[in-house]
Amino acid sequence: MVTTDPTATIPKARQRRGNAIPANRGPGLRQAIGKWLIWLALAILAVLVIYPLLWMVFSSFKDNGEVFGHPFGLPGQLRWHNFVEAGNAGVVRYFTNSVIVTAGSILTTTLFSAWAAYGLVRLNIPFGGPVVLLLLGGLMLAPTVALIPLFGLLQQLHIYNTLWALLVLYTAFRIPFTTFLIRAYMIDLPPDVDEAAILDGASRSQIFWQIILPMCRPILVSAALLQALFAWNEFVFALVFLSDSNLKTLPVGLMDMQSRLLTNWPVQFAGLTMAALPMLVLFLIGQRQFLRGLTEGMGK
Amino acid sequence: MNRQIERWRTWVWVLPAVVLLVVFVYYPIVDNIRLSFFSWSAFSTSPAFVGLDNYTTAATDPVFWHSLWNNVLYAVISLIFQVGLALVLAAVLEEVVHQRLRGILRTIYFIPATISITVAGILFSFVYNPQIGLLNRALGAVGLGSLAQDWLGNPQTAIFGVIGMSQWQSIGYTAVLFVVAIQRIPRELYEAAKVDGAGHVRTFLSVTIPLLREMTTLVVILTMSGAFLVFNEIMVMTAGGPSNSSQVLNTWLYHNAFLTDDMGYASAIGTVIFVITFSISAAQILITRRRRVQW
Repeated sequence: MVTTDPTATIPKARQRRGNAIPANRGPGLRQAIGKWLIWLALAILAVLVIYPLLWMVFSSFKDNGEVFGHPFGLPGQLRWHNFVEAGNAGVVRYFTNSVIVTAGSILTTTLFSAWAAYGLVRLNIPFGGPVVLLLLGGLMLAPTVALIPLFGLLQQLHIYNTLWALLVLYTAFRIPFTTFLIRAYMIDLPPDVDEAAILDGASRSQIFWQIILPMCRPILVSAALLQALFAWNEFVFALVFLSDSNLKTLPVGLMDMQSRLLTNWPVQFAGLTMAALPMLVLFLIGQRQFLRGLTEGMGK
Repeated sequence: MNRQIERWRTWVWVLPAVVLLVVFVYYPIVDNIRLSFFSWSAFSTSPAFVGLDNYTTAATDPVFWHSLWNNVLYAVISLIFQVGLALVLAAVLEEVVHQRLRGILRTIYFIPATISITVAGILFSFVYNPQIGLLNRALGAVGLGSLAQDWLGNPQTAIFGVIGMSQWQSIGYTAVLFVVAIQRIPRELYEAAKVDGAGHVRTFLSVTIPLLREMTTLVVILTMSGAFLVFNEIMVMTAGGPSNSSQVLNTWLYHNAFLTDDMGYASAIGTVIFVITFSISAAQILITRRRRVQW
């Protein structure tokens, strides 16, 4: 890929050694070609990555004739009614359910995780070590393995086939990751702030809500974004624990819709576009927090 | 005495997290192991103890072995693209590309990772579709029209169709993880390599790769355990078909639990998945604990 001639990038060294390569042409040309090839490869990859998505968006404005006849072209006109049809075919309902579960689980997951992190980092709770191990183990357990017993458990708790089931599971299975994320951040906070507050007679919960939580804001934003990404896209639990089609969230609902609409391609594409858009926008806005969350969460 | 009570009261802070974890994560997974020794269906009242029968069933079930093979295939191909290629991509982005363009390219490559697997899966089932699909048309346009076929309808190609979609979705994600790790490498090391007369390839091999060992281990582990957790994309794109050719362990578990109602056998498959993924994660923790690179 890159030029393999080690002298190519360091003209000074070459001159000093005064070796036989002609001063200008050879390495310069080779370097230029190398660079050009890299650019070509990067550009091709970018097209491969982005083109299917553009195709999705363009096709959602087409009619069936255009989808078949001009797969690579732009739509002849903007047919917004495809989106209306997709909305009526269930996307609006699925969308609402997804918003409820996502928003709810963001709240519960970040709150419970921040509490747990506070307890572990600042309060030095008894048996903190085993709790950390419990959380660590939770990171390593695969959701599908719990599927069959959960099926019975949720029925006994009478939350099978309700959005509560998803809310509870999305929280429980994400608490380990989120707690570690917030914990890693809290450990680095200076301890003297809350020591001063204790001297002023502040209670533990006052310290948590008024001092610690505001200081953790950047990592809480990251945690919330990652939880949004998870809950918005989760599939296994939504597939198994909801049977009522009115309750389905987007990932499962879209699959349903695919089998119902069959060859009504433009409406299918419109549904996909509507489902993809929120996370895409959220990512473009919060790119920084997203990436911090990803890398922080992995390292510790 | 009061002191002790006061100390235990701090447990309130971790209680919700611990209770949710124990009830909804740990208990079901332990229960799954117990259930794998019984023969039962969702509607039977009395599960019958059958010892290791469900595991013998697995050992003699060709679809089980084929599913496991597909998971391995998934892991190997993903390692090539999401670790190998992504690492090279990250290094090229960081070293060769100008700052502003670098950000734009990074964003473009990462975008598929924000899209749900369902959306990506349905989208790619359209890409592979013999009637409207982009792939066959693109092949035709470059003179390879003879390769065109029903990618997901052919038992020979279905699993590769799904794996291909997965690479499309994840390569930018792992590349970005590598980019972040590369940015943490002190610049002086690159300057030193330059002074010593090392070219780009040499620098990549002797500076970047050794110093990214921690992140590489992490991504390898994530990719491997991810390959054994594959479910969503298969369900959306092929549902394990045609004729079970694209089953993986998770979809085979689902099939036995909720379609043929052989819950005991499904639990046994679950336990196998548990053992595999847990060992991979445990290996990660042991490895990263031991050699954490510091600077």
